[in-house]
Amino acid sequence: MRISELANPSRFLRAANLAIPWLGGATVIVFAFAIYRAMLAPDDYQQGATVKIMFLHVPSAWLGMLCWGLMTIAALGTLVWRHPLADVAAKAAAPLGAAFTLLCLVTGSLWGRPEWGTYWVWDARLTSELILLLLYLGVIALWRTVEDPSRAARAVAILTLVGAIDLPIIKFSVDWWNTLHQGASVFRLGGSTIDPTILIPLLLMAAAFTLLFVTLLLAAMRNEILRRRVRTLRLLQASAAG
Amino acid sequence: MAATAHIEFIVAAYGAGVAVIVALIAWVTLDYRLQRRILAELETKGISRRSVRESADE
Repeated sequence: MRISELANPSRFLRAANLAIPWLGGATVIVFAFAIYRAMLAPDDYQQGATVKIMFLHVPSAWLGMLCWGLMTIAALGTLVWRHPLADVAAKAAAPLGAAFTLLCLVTGSLWGRPEWGTYWVWDARLTSELILLLLYLGVIALWRTVEDPSRAARAVAILTLVGAIDLPIIKFSVDWWNTLHQGASVFRLGGSTIDPTILIPLLLMAAAFTLLFVTLLLAAMRNEILRRRVRTLRLLQASAAG
Repeated sequence: MAATAHIEFIVAAYGAGVAVIVALIAWVTLDYRLQRRILAELETKGISRRSVRESADE
C-alpha cells in the first residue's frame, strides 16, 4: 500500500487497526528494556542519582517539540494540499504534545529543585517550553470552540504555523541567551558529551517514548475519524428528519 | 548520600511519568470505546452512511 492511499480515511482505519496492536507490543518491549538499562545506569559524577530523571525529561522534551513539528506539517497539509487526514492528525496530536510538554516541565522542575535549588527560573529555555505548553492548550481550546471541523482546522493551522516560531527558540535558547539550563549535550557538533553508560539508556528511553507516541497518535487519529463519522451521521439524520 | 537525599524527587518524577502515560492510554482507549458504542447505537437505529444515502435518493 502506498502512503498516498492512506489519505482515504477507511483505508487509514484498516491500516491503523492492523498496526496499533503491533506498535503497542513493540512499545512495551522497548520500554521494558529501556527501563532495565536505565535502572542499571550509574549515578552521574555531578548530578548523582537525579540523572535518572533525565531519562524521562529529555525524551518528553523531544516529543513535545517533535509533535508540534508534525502539527506544522499537518497545518501545511490542511492549508496548501487540503489533505483529508491532515487536520485529523493535527487534532489528534495536540493533546499528546501537551501531555509530553507538561511531563517535560514537571520532571525538569523536580530535577531543578535538588540541582539548582529551585523548581523554576524564568530563563529562556524554561520560559519558551512553557510557551509551547500554552500554545498546545490554545490549539486544544480552539478545536473545542469552533464546532465545524473544517473551519476549526484552518484556524488551528494558522495558529500552529505561527507557534512553530517557538521551536527554534526552544532549541537555540541555550545558545542565544545566558541560561541556567545546560547547553546541548546529545546532538551537537563534535559529538555527545554524555558517557555511553548514560547515553545508551537515554536513547533507548527516547525510542520507547517515540514508539508510544506513534501508537497513541494512530489510536487518537482513529478515534477522531470515528467521531467525525458519528457527527456526519447525526447531521444527516437530523436533515433527513427535517 | 546524594541518592538517599534526592530519592523523593526521582520517585515523584517517575510517578508523574506513569500518571501521564496511563492517562493518555486511558484517554484513547475510552474514547475509542465511546465512539464505537455511539456508531453501533446509530447502526441499531438503522442509521448508517448507506441508509442515509439511500433515503436521500428516494
